Amino acid sequence: MFRPLRPLPAAVLVAVALTARPLLSQEAIRIGEYASLTGKEAAFGQSSHKGTLLAVEEINAAGGVLGRRIELITDDNQSKQGESATIAKKLIARDKVAAILGEVASMRSLEAAPICQAYRIPMVSPSSTNPKVTEIGNYVFRVCFTDRFQGQALAKFAKDTLKIRRVAVLTSVSSAYSVGLAKYFDERFAADGGLVAIEQRYTEGDKDFNAQLTAIKAAGVEGIFVPGYYTEAALICKQARELGIGIPLFGGDGWEAPELMEIGGEAVEGTYYTTHYSPQIDVPVVRQFVAKFRARFDGETPDAMAALGFDSVEVLVDAIRRADSTEGPAIRDALAATKDFAGVTGTTTIDRDRNASKAAFVLMVKDGHFRFVQSIAP
Amino acid sequence: MTEFLQQLLNGLSLGAIYALIALGYTMVYGVLRFINFAHSDVFMVGAFIGYFAGRHLPQGSALSGLIALACAMAGCAVLGIAIERLVYRPLRSGPTLNVLITAIGMSLFLEYAGQLAFGATPRAFPPIFPARVIAVHGLIVSTSQVIVIAVALVLMVALEFTVHRTRIGTAMRAVALNPKAAQLVGINIDVVISFTFGLGSALAAAGGVLYALNYPSIDPLMGVVPGLKAFVAAVLGGVGNIPGAALGALILGMVETFVDGSRWSTYKDAIAFATLIGILLFRPAGLLGRFTAEKV
Amino acid sequence: MPRSLIALLAAVAAAFAVSHFSDRLDPYYLDVMTGVGINIILAVSLNLVNGYTGQFSLGHAGFMSVGAYLSAAITLMLGPRLLGDGGGSAVQQGLLFLGALLVGGLGAAVAGLAVGIPSLRLKGDYLALVTLGFGEIIRVVFQNVEALGGALGLNGIPNYTTVFWVYSFGALAVFTVVCLVHSTYGRGFLATRDDEIASEAVGLNTTRYKIVAFVVGAFFAGVAGGLYGHFKLTITPTGFDLTKSIEIVVMVILGGMGNTPGVILAAILLTILPEVLRSVEQYRMILYALLLILLMLLRPNGLFNFNYAAIASRLRRGPGRARD
Repeated sequence: MFRPLRPLPAAVLVAVALTARPLLSQEAIRIGEYASLTGKEAAFGQSSHKGTLLAVEEINAAGGVLGRRIELITDDNQSKQGESATIAKKLIARDKVAAILGEVASMRSLEAAPICQAYRIPMVSPSSTNPKVTEIGNYVFRVCFTDRFQGQALAKFAKDTLKIRRVAVLTSVSSAYSVGLAKYFDERFAADGGLVAIEQRYTEGDKDFNAQLTAIKAAGVEGIFVPGYYTEAALICKQARELGIGIPLFGGDGWEAPELMEIGGEAVEGTYYTTHYSPQIDVPVVRQFVAKFRARFDGETPDAMAALGFDSVEVLVDAIRRADSTEGPAIRDALAATKDFAGVTGTTTIDRDRNASKAAFVLMVKDGHFRFVQSIAP
Repeated sequence: MTEFLQQLLNGLSLGAIYALIALGYTMVYGVLRFINFAHSDVFMVGAFIGYFAGRHLPQGSALSGLIALACAMAGCAVLGIAIERLVYRPLRSGPTLNVLITAIGMSLFLEYAGQLAFGATPRAFPPIFPARVIAVHGLIVSTSQVIVIAVALVLMVALEFTVHRTRIGTAMRAVALNPKAAQLVGINIDVVISFTFGLGSALAAAGGVLYALNYPSIDPLMGVVPGLKAFVAAVLGGVGNIPGAALGALILGMVETFVDGSRWSTYKDAIAFATLIGILLFRPAGLLGRFTAEKV
Repeated sequence: MPRSLIALLAAVAAAFAVSHFSDRLDPYYLDVMTGVGINIILAVSLNLVNGYTGQFSLGHAGFMSVGAYLSAAITLMLGPRLLGDGGGSAVQQGLLFLGALLVGGLGAAVAGLAVGIPSLRLKGDYLALVTLGFGEIIRVVFQNVEALGGALGLNGIPNYTTVFWVYSFGALAVFTVVCLVHSTYGRGFLATRDDEIASEAVGLNTTRYKIVAFVVGAFFAGVAGGLYGHFKLTITPTGFDLTKSIEIVVMVILGGMGNTPGVILAAILLTILPEVLRSVEQYRMILYALLLILLMLLRPNGLFNFNYAAIASRLRRGPGRARD
């Protein structure tokens, strides 16, 4: 039959079991990350995650933060609506993270931001560019520029460098990013004396733009602005060239992916887009980052999403160091005070609206590669 | 005028692709009275087979194009027959609702397995057929569009021949008319149904390759929307009616292209569905279909 | 008082109690519980249309989105004006929320009417496709209407959803559906499902039953949508697409069409399972697809379709006695 456990050893065992957990978890600083690792926007989410991972590994190898290592807890929202909110709650309540990184897409950042704000856990978005994200509350930050700035920069570039006065704008109505970017571009372009001669629309997933491009061709413009993602931009360039449209095409950071050239081929040669960084900028920090990334990820060259993912960790960790604490409010205040932090994507200063005041880089597609053209300061 | 003609050409080319997919839907419906939801994903698999085949073939030659097309068609014919055999046949005697649900499940499975296997990011389809752009009186004609229309025509003529001039075609028509009677006169229903699926899937695969030729960006979810539109086209023409499917597809391709160039371009999916609903309400037999009274 | 009404009131009271102590609970668990409740409403309401009346609808997410957008529009736009700068008291907020939910539900019901009427003559596959089409049309319309946020949708929706609201409406939905179907009037739904022509022949107005099913189902889907919107605080048109409709359909099929307890169990299972399986999340949709196929091949009546009457009488009689 049973012999009951001796009370004293049992009590010791239980006590050890109960206290062992807390001891271990004081070791690592937990940082949560939610990203679109699978699904429609897997390309961006994976890229961003790689940058984040590289940064965390590097920091841990150098001894961690405040003498503790960082534990990165990543959850996949499958590029779906509704998941990010639940993930944020899980990261905060179950995993007890000190801060959260995410996301690339503004739509999904907007889901998790109110929760981080409510629970006073700082959230740092690596590359959500819609201005509304940081408007949610003072615990929400981003380390990239906003679409307001990007649209204005593009308008400036179109007018000053490409010398375009009449432009066509081809927007994706199913993407908040596209609609927002187009709006800010239009405002600035018109304010500077240009004319948006024709506006056409498409939906994400569309493959045929002949109808829109035929109409644009008939409007006699000097350039076409496509504030969408590379998936459609590549086809748009291709079909535009096939229709005999030779004028310049340009877009925003959604264009940046190697698939742009794979799908677009010859047609995307000579097109321009703005982004957050360029692997060709010849400063030591960028060179080292590119080399480290290639070494870690099989020779892959990091794109802007990866670079921003990397910088988001760097900025956050810098704030933790300055705050000398892992408490939410302390980290938040330190983040808000970030000034002239030298990162891979340039010098980051967090402004009053918790956005990063940074330069935009204009890149051009030449000989099948992205080439740096100029930078536009805020 | 040039713009109009240009749009007309675009619409013709789009309609040709929808026709190839619609034919598969209509044949399967005619013989089995059920909508094969997985058909649109067979279209996608065809495009991917063409992609993998095309990468190993020299680009820009008509021969490579035809080989890739043949591989895709053969591969998908096998896939279609396998799906029918494994998943639809056991349920044939049960309520049609169950087969419908299974078809939905099959469709989802192909889509998400595709995402897992190939990743969700679009891939660039290799330019297997020679691609050139010719200007004819201000009209821009791309050789891919011409190839699409030509291949689609050839396949449709071949289909008509098969259905009306061969024994198996006659058997298909018999089963479509009355399955029980067909069995009574000695037709092997299982063989006929498998053949129908194989044929329909091969056509969908051809549609997939041609679609990818025209819009060289393929991804595992590429079949969903063209599949639904092709189904609308089949219903428009009269489900179960082969020339009807082709006609319906042509009309839908044209309408869609013209809508695309207008203010309402972003509503074009909604317009396609509204068309479907409209037809089903006012002329359920479609343009060329015959309304058969339901005997109780 | 009829037993069912007592059960309803008891459920509402329990929901209130849990809600009251909700701040002691782990927010993640609370999140999952709320999600379960919303899915129960969706599954039970779809079950009325698909399961009990035999109308295979693939557009349920469309009704959900109508309710979500309408109720969010009310709380976002009318809210500040009605509640004033202070944000109003808890009671005022509650009343506003209730009003918004009901308006959302009614709007969805109107949409249900709009979808139900044209679909009357259609059966099986065609009906499925048309309802799918309606769902897509609703989505495209919301995507193009700038006033409702367009592609970005609506965000900053006030966080009004609590366990109390979700489970009260859940209980109400179950109560409504069960009472409706188990009444004498309600036999008509089952008759319509089993054999429409015979039902017409004996004088049943199958048209009316189908419309009632669509409208009631849509109403609760709209309410669920409103609850969802004030739970996730952000809604976009793409979140209510075909995939969402299919997720709800899978719950109904897993539970067994026309089997309310089964459907509730299935809703619970299919909400909790993805959370438990977060590590293999990328396989979720494939597993759903395989589940559908296997269910149809092996157990088309659903996983939870037990003969409850037999189980109940076994339990009453007690074990050990002969079954005769």
